[in-house]
Amino acid sequence: MRVSFTVNGNSVMVEAEPLARLLDVLRVDLGLHGVKEGCGEGECGACAILLNGRIVNSCVTPVTAAEGAEILTIEGFRETDRYAVIEQAFSDAGAVQCGFCTPGFVMATEALLRENPKPSEKEIRHGLSGNLCRCTGYNMIVQAVQTASEKLNE
Amino acid sequence: MSTISRSIPRPDSPEKSAGRTNYLDDLKIEGALHARLLLSSRPQALLRRVETPALPDGYVIVDYHDIPGANAVRMINDSWPLFPVDTVEYIGQPILLIAGADVAVIDELIAAVAVEYEDLPPVFGIDGAEAANSPECFVDYQFKGAPGIPASESEKPENLAFTISESFDTGAQEHIYLEPQAMAGWYENGRITVTGPMQCPYYVHKAIVTIFGWEPDRVRIVQAPTGGAFGGKEEFPSVLAGYVALAAYKTEQPVKLVLDRGQDIEISTKRHPSRIALASTVGTSGFVQSTCADVRLDGGAFEGLSSTVLQRALFSVSGVYRVPECSVRGRAYRTNVAPYGAFRGFGSPQAFFASEMHMCHLARKHGEDPLTFKRRHLLQQGDRTITGGILRDPVKMEEMIDLAVTPSEYDRKRAEYERGAGITRRGIGVSLFNHGCGFTGSGERDIIKARVKLRSHADGKVEVLCSNVEMGQGAETTLRKIVAETLGIPMNRVEFQNPDTDQVPDSGPTVASRTVMVVGGLLHKAALKLKNTDPPRPGRSVEVEANYEQPPEIEWDQSTFTGDAYPAFSWGVNIMEIELDLLTFTIHPLTVWAIYDIGTAIDERIVIGQIQGGIVQGIGYGSTELLEVRDGAFQQRSMTDYVIPGSLDTPEIHVELVSNPYHDGPFGAKGVGEIPLTGSAPALGDAVECALGAEIHQIPLTPEYLEELVRSEGRAR
Repeated sequence: MRVSFTVNGNSVMVEAEPLARLLDVLRVDLGLHGVKEGCGEGECGACAILLNGRIVNSCVTPVTAAEGAEILTIEGFRETDRYAVIEQAFSDAGAVQCGFCTPGFVMATEALLRENPKPSEKEIRHGLSGNLCRCTGYNMIVQAVQTASEKLNE
Repeated sequence: MSTISRSIPRPDSPEKSAGRTNYLDDLKIEGALHARLLLSSRPQALLRRVETPALPDGYVIVDYHDIPGANAVRMINDSWPLFPVDTVEYIGQPILLIAGADVAVIDELIAAVAVEYEDLPPVFGIDGAEAANSPECFVDYQFKGAPGIPASESEKPENLAFTISESFDTGAQEHIYLEPQAMAGWYENGRITVTGPMQCPYYVHKAIVTIFGWEPDRVRIVQAPTGGAFGGKEEFPSVLAGYVALAAYKTEQPVKLVLDRGQDIEISTKRHPSRIALASTVGTSGFVQSTCADVRLDGGAFEGLSSTVLQRALFSVSGVYRVPECSVRGRAYRTNVAPYGAFRGFGSPQAFFASEMHMCHLARKHGEDPLTFKRRHLLQQGDRTITGGILRDPVKMEEMIDLAVTPSEYDRKRAEYERGAGITRRGIGVSLFNHGCGFTGSGERDIIKARVKLRSHADGKVEVLCSNVEMGQGAETTLRKIVAETLGIPMNRVEFQNPDTDQVPDSGPTVASRTVMVVGGLLHKAALKLKNTDPPRPGRSVEVEANYEQPPEIEWDQSTFTGDAYPAFSWGVNIMEIELDLLTFTIHPLTVWAIYDIGTAIDERIVIGQIQGGIVQGIGYGSTELLEVRDGAFQQRSMTDYVIPGSLDTPEIHVELVSNPYHDGPFGAKGVGEIPLTGSAPALGDAVECALGAEIHQIPLTPEYLEELVRSEGRAR
């Protein structure tokens, strides 16, 4: 079937099986490799994207759910000023090690800060709880989100 | 703080955040075929018949018949076959591979293969191995030691007060690097090229050379960006590399094999489960007089790295303490489960959990606080290690303990929490630990023989040529920084590429907390050579090399396990405060005070990242990371069932570094990669004992175990 949606500001139409994973459409059909597959079952958040402004795991989202939707992946978000602030905060805090989970964490950070521009530490931990990282132990990522929140509110 | 310790921005950070770093599955490989593995469904069986379906054009089967050289994945020895010939030895053992253009078609073909097995009696776990009349051991080691003051100086033994003989079980641990294992191979112009995430390009190189029986120059290995490893990408990538290389050779097309998470967990290596029996005698004034240690590891179906993992466990089993008499035995059993292998800590987390808990139990029986008891036994500079090596460098554990005790208010809290009652308890616990840096014994000199090169180019750039990889731990930053600082040039003039065996010499694997201390040390040496003979300048190209030399004071006899097992040790102190809910029996780690002596930090932020991440991985190991094997099958085969810590589970962690420069490390640096994981489980265990008043003997501390403990011991307040 045909599915039409907007990705990073561009209208696209893809031919796909109704139950095809949005992750595969983004990675294989559209070449958006910043969206990673870590677990394939919605547990790790490496494939996190924004769908109509809400954070979703694209590995457990059928492509049909994208019909008419606006999708933002790391490839689109990295062109924004907000991304630059978040990226700098991640770098400054030492929130990036192997990097495989990082685009997903960046998207989760953006989703959180859009909804709650001044989150408490606890709210940050909740906001990131759909993303797993095996390198950092999270505290440096939480620090990064705190810093990003402060900078974005300046 | 030393200037080199000042944190700088990681050069790999922006690309990774932006999703621009291409891991193996992100690489565009023109014309690449996909590959899938057919896995054994039996733990031990004869392969009576393997009937394969008719293959459509462009699809091929690859199995042991296709191996031009040896059917062996070279590790320490050649005991791990790439494909089975007539017997399968674990559930998940790859029997054959099918490659072709369409994954869906391959999956159908795999499902259509009919395998006729004739089951043989399998062996499961340490219990199963020991139930046999003569358990099948990969190795069986015994030695005696006397960690502490040389015997002539020690006092005459006093009267025996008591003996404790007990046993500790530790579970398997899965790495859960976020990027699953993956590999791609080519066969072009008579050469095999393999690329993928890996820690040890030259391990993979040797494995492929052995499988093909070719001259080494016909094989090229290139590390791809590696999304986490933790030991899981030490030896296992050699296996996957064998599969894609054979498939590429047979099809003469590129072949890509990407494991999904379930298959990754099912077939890749994990941390060895252990059973460690410790029996100690304590004298009337509260000094341990002797310890007898018996360490058993479940090795899995093939030997792999079990012997060296066991050695490190044995050399860690008396902890950081003086014991006038130690007798040690260690065995690694062959069982019918996927081979266990390297995992950050490499035998040491198992041994430190057991020996630290044992010290707590000895202290309790002596009627003393565990920390007071442990402090009295601390190894000092000049003391012997368990293998009779000498602790030549200052040991700063006393000072480090104080740095943790004061801010944590350990004494007050310990007394208070030990009187705690009710449904929500608090606990505070301590662990003291160390980690020998680099390969065990003379491994660096006799086996690894590391070589590095620096090439200064006409444009003023200096290129780092070594085989050690960036896998998230910050090697790119730290190694470039060492070279830049030594040469006195800006970081951006020092270049580091992912290792390609066509370009870089063999500086050994990225393992064993050796990258900064050993390889960084060689790069420092090479940079000094360059600086003193031919400083980098525009218009001039020079190459310098440095080769490993064992520090002259180090002596080691591998046949008797005597001498300096490691040239240097990093040291650590953890104090961990937890909350324990007796309704759900869940542990909430609240705060960790973590004090480390890793020599000199090459970039503090990277070091703190290693420590934070290692502590959290160790908390998972000690609490939530349950990996059960039932009838030879792993029961937790997804990230939903196998529970690693998340952002809500991690404690506040206060890290402090104590400077103690090591003379043979670059700028005084020792290793930091593994030690942080080791200290978590014993601190957690001690904190749980403080909260409950019961003694623990196993990890992970699952709710079921804690509930059982409270009920059966009837001792919890």
